[in-house]
Amino acid sequence: MTEPRRVAVVAGNRIPFARQDKTYRHSSNSDMLTAAINGLVDRAGLGGQEVGEVVAGAVLKHARDWNMVREVVLGSKLAATTPAFDIQQACGTGLEAAILVGNKIALGQIDSGIAGGVDTASDAPIAVNDKLRNILLDLNRAKTFQDRLKVLARVRPKDVVPEIPRNAEPRTRKSMGDHAALTALEWGITREAQDELAYRSHVNLAAAYDRGFQQDLITPYLGLEKDQNLRPDTTIEKLAKLKPAFGKGETATMTAGNSTPLTDGASAVLLATDEWAEEHGLRPLAYLTHSQTAAVDYVKGAEGLLMAPAYAVPRMLARAGLTLQDFDYYEIHEAFASQVLSTLKAWEDPIFCKERLGLDAPLGEIDRAKLNVNGSSLAAGHPFAATGGRIVAALAKQLDENGGGRGLISICAAGGQGVVAILEK
Amino acid sequence: MTDRYQTFTRTPLGQTLVKNLGLPDPVPLQRWTEGSRVIDGSVVFGGIGETEAGKAIQALLRDIGATFSTATEGVASSQIRPKALVFDATGATSTADLTSLQRFFSPVIRQLAPAGRVIVVGRTPELATSTEQHIAQRALEGFTRSLGKEVKRGATVNLVYVAPDAHEQLDSTLRFFLSPKSAYVDGQVARVGTGPLVGNDPERPLAGKVALVTGAARGIGAAIADTLARDGATILGVDVAQNADALRKVITRLGGSELILDVTSVDAAQRIAAHAHEQYAGLDIVVHNAGITRDKRLANMRTDTWDAVLDVNLRAPERITEHLVEAGTIRAGGSIIGVASIAGIAGNNGQTNYATSKAGVIGLVQALAPKLAEKQIRINAVAPGFIETEMTAKVPFTIREVGRRINSLQQGGLPVDVAETIAWFADPASAGVTGNVIRVCGQSLLGA
Repeated sequence: MTEPRRVAVVAGNRIPFARQDKTYRHSSNSDMLTAAINGLVDRAGLGGQEVGEVVAGAVLKHARDWNMVREVVLGSKLAATTPAFDIQQACGTGLEAAILVGNKIALGQIDSGIAGGVDTASDAPIAVNDKLRNILLDLNRAKTFQDRLKVLARVRPKDVVPEIPRNAEPRTRKSMGDHAALTALEWGITREAQDELAYRSHVNLAAAYDRGFQQDLITPYLGLEKDQNLRPDTTIEKLAKLKPAFGKGETATMTAGNSTPLTDGASAVLLATDEWAEEHGLRPLAYLTHSQTAAVDYVKGAEGLLMAPAYAVPRMLARAGLTLQDFDYYEIHEAFASQVLSTLKAWEDPIFCKERLGLDAPLGEIDRAKLNVNGSSLAAGHPFAATGGRIVAALAKQLDENGGGRGLISICAAGGQGVVAILEK
Repeated sequence: MTDRYQTFTRTPLGQTLVKNLGLPDPVPLQRWTEGSRVIDGSVVFGGIGETEAGKAIQALLRDIGATFSTATEGVASSQIRPKALVFDATGATSTADLTSLQRFFSPVIRQLAPAGRVIVVGRTPELATSTEQHIAQRALEGFTRSLGKEVKRGATVNLVYVAPDAHEQLDSTLRFFLSPKSAYVDGQVARVGTGPLVGNDPERPLAGKVALVTGAARGIGAAIADTLARDGATILGVDVAQNADALRKVITRLGGSELILDVTSVDAAQRIAAHAHEQYAGLDIVVHNAGITRDKRLANMRTDTWDAVLDVNLRAPERITEHLVEAGTIRAGGSIIGVASIAGIAGNNGQTNYATSKAGVIGLVQALAPKLAEKQIRINAVAPGFIETEMTAKVPFTIREVGRRINSLQQGGLPVDVAETIAWFADPASAGVTGNVIRVCGQSLLGA
């Protein structure tokens, strides 16, 4: 077997993220992912061409979209001969897609590939409940008219109440925000610190738009040119006025301002070998060098639902032979401001690092000036599976602009999971 | 939660029905309030010969300003209803001496005032100098436990075994059993051993002490925090994030500090130790109060249901105690208190997991008491019976009514009754009290 090959991030594209039930309310996952991929194809000049594979996913997906990504490819500007498959790892989907494509490239199985993700909180799949579903399936199996009537007679008024997907953990029935609120309390994360982080996110993303950083990262969609959630004029004072959205009483700190809103959107990144990029007149922006996943037992293991990245990062650092301070940029997905702050505090905590991570010394502090320098999910929004692609593309471009460096990506996901990676140039 | 039946029995109609139908007659218990005296009324003291313990008891009675007379002074004919009867049986060297119990109590027992106190002080049987003495001393338990069922109107009967040369340690224990603080402790046996003499202010016995209370946000835990703070302790309250708001209210009321953590997390003990060292340079009192129930018959018990209860109720106290002792967090003179349950003594239908964990807490006390004595740290446990809390309010009506009535006091206890017993264990003056498991159950029939 040959040595693994370097995996370059060559280009990225996304559509602006829209708030739930706003501009993209009538767009399907397939519509938005197609738009993101077509924008990428245009930018990279790949119209009508084939790439090695397209890997993408959506967290909230209609049952009919069982082969969504392949269908999107067929409806896109890529050659119809491009293979594709769907994946899903909750909010880690987008980054995991990039890792999968990267691994195939590294192993020489493909020379190029597109990783992507899409989610809609507006065009959500609504399902019939289990009882009605069983009745309908029995109806389908019934042979005679009388049998069909008998089956239909089982329907009761309450059976027609549909099941709407909820942003809640099936095993705890608590929403992700409620889980994060508990972790925030355990780590003593203050309202002020959360609002400050949210404020920085808006300021940084607004600045990124102002200096034209987003120009070649975004393709406008349905008339939207910027992320709908971005509030360039927000202030700490405005954020401080919001009422708590998760938890209750005087200990509640999490608001709509320091938690990500439900959002619609899609993203895609192009990964390739150096040779493939050169052949196609493209230039590596950065290289995907390391990745890691981890999961925590939040159900009975007394660990926070969104704390898995705190475990994944040190494992990856150990394999890479790096310390937490060996980075020029940190991209920690802002599911909630408190998630980012809890993670950072955990890495600074000697007891957490010793007892839970098994380390001799804490990972230590990071330079906050290097954190989410172009804004993150609190400002941009977080269409679950689209976040990974947003971060990979933006960090690769930032590293390229910087003339090199190293960046850490950390994404927490439902089910107590975490997906993390390193980009370098 | 209110005991409606008890309220009804206090009405004229209720009293008539209770008397004529022979229904339970739960007399409202007297509880300690700010400014209460240790004993509000006269005390009759008796004994078998002159003993060191007897002298110590009389010295204490003088100290607390109780008007007391000795049985030889013809109390039986007196018009005054004594509030307490205290009998020194340490002088009983053979079974023949037991006659003195009947001679002393029979004439006066009927005169005992409502919510009265009967205390018999004996010599720790295992430490007796002769077989005859051992037998005689052991016999006292049958006497007090039976008398506890005979005295009515909120009176309690308890036995205190004192080790040889430990009579000077009796103070805090007698104060507790005489006072309204022991309102719901009935039919119990306390053991007092030797220890260093601690002269503290009985009004603020815990002044300058730091007390860790797990599960401090609500119910019995909040009552424990209140009571220990009343006695002068600084409270370090611990509870899970779900109860953060309730915990904040407790700590805002009492001062001290809060620590949000799950006692079952792998680093709970380390986190508590670090916080205690940082804020207070250590701890003096540790109350393992955090506990849960997940009732299921064993045939229907799921692994996670079993584990959750064992983890919170037993493994967490075990691990936290081990670490706090090893790390030197608990200072000399410190006191560890476990919360067991009568379910851990008597067993309970649907509570194999809970009862296992609570019996394990008793094991923790018994196993560690001699080992911790070398470090001058004491460990004891309370075993609550039916206590009126949010938890018992959810028990179905009939089971709840039975739980309330099947004890000598014919009513449920209050969280403060558990807390007062814990405060007695926590008191540095209780230096001779270790390895005890005291039930706070109104002498429940269960596990008696």
